[in-house]
Amino acid sequence: MALHASRLKIGDTHSETVVDNLPRTQIVQYAGASGDYNPIHTDEIYTTKSAGYPSVFAHGMLTMGLTGKMLTNYVGDGRLTKFGVRFTNQVWPGDTLTSTATVTAIGDGIVSLDVVTTNQDGKEVVRGSAEARIDP
Amino acid sequence: MGTITFPVEASHIMMFARAVGDTNPVYHDAQVAARGEAGGIIAPPTFGQAVAQFDPDYHLRPKSGQAWFGSGKTPSGVEQAPSAGGLHAEQHFEYLRPLRPGDVLTVEIKPGKTWEKESKRAGKLTFRERIAEYRDQTGALVLIARGVGVTTERPVDQG
Repeated sequence: MALHASRLKIGDTHSETVVDNLPRTQIVQYAGASGDYNPIHTDEIYTTKSAGYPSVFAHGMLTMGLTGKMLTNYVGDGRLTKFGVRFTNQVWPGDTLTSTATVTAIGDGIVSLDVVTTNQDGKEVVRGSAEARIDP
Repeated sequence: MGTITFPVEASHIMMFARAVGDTNPVYHDAQVAARGEAGGIIAPPTFGQAVAQFDPDYHLRPKSGQAWFGSGKTPSGVEQAPSAGGLHAEQHFEYLRPLRPGDVLTVEIKPGKTWEKESKRAGKLTFRERIAEYRDQTGALVLIARGVGVTTERPVDQG
């Protein structure tokens, strides 16, 4: 499963659809697992009538978790050493998200990746970077 | 903030992986995981965030006997609903080793920098950094999490 430095080159990419038509129930599932019960993610009445948003929206950390799934599928289990993102746009129920990792550097046993997740309109929702241990 | 004890459990890892739609057996099947490179079940990369479950004072969990700001009879259960509330701006993890079921982590959470910025989409933005250091039962540092939260003056404009 591991990546090999000898078979990698700068600019290589790996891309996955990490969620298709995000259901509100999956956001509820994430609230339960993570412990973040902010009603802005799960309570349509509070979110539209009190908080002033058009609908509930996903936790940033759900989007980061979905993005992380693409990363671990690419670099292998337990090989990430760094993973960081900025949340650049909200993710709404019904969104379909695609995550992409691009190789930016190949160092001594470590690959550096640019990470981006976009929605069905091509709008970026998460951008960041990651590093992972690789084999020779 | 302060120190939180975070016991890492297999069923919690399984539920967390399900929530992010990750079917990788390394998160739920001990036998398959034992044969793989990880040598057993590990936690997915953003699992550290679930430390919130073990924070007795976590403000985003309803607590028995206390009014909750989400909807009940009315759109918000409190008179003065928090304005637009806080949003998550950034999150960064540094992994020293994967978290595993059976780990009992001690998580120390410290405030970091604070800064402000003006935004066309949401008015004045106040950013607050929070750093969490996760140590295992031997005292070894296993995970560092740096989060940045943002409080907006008004809800983010969707235009």
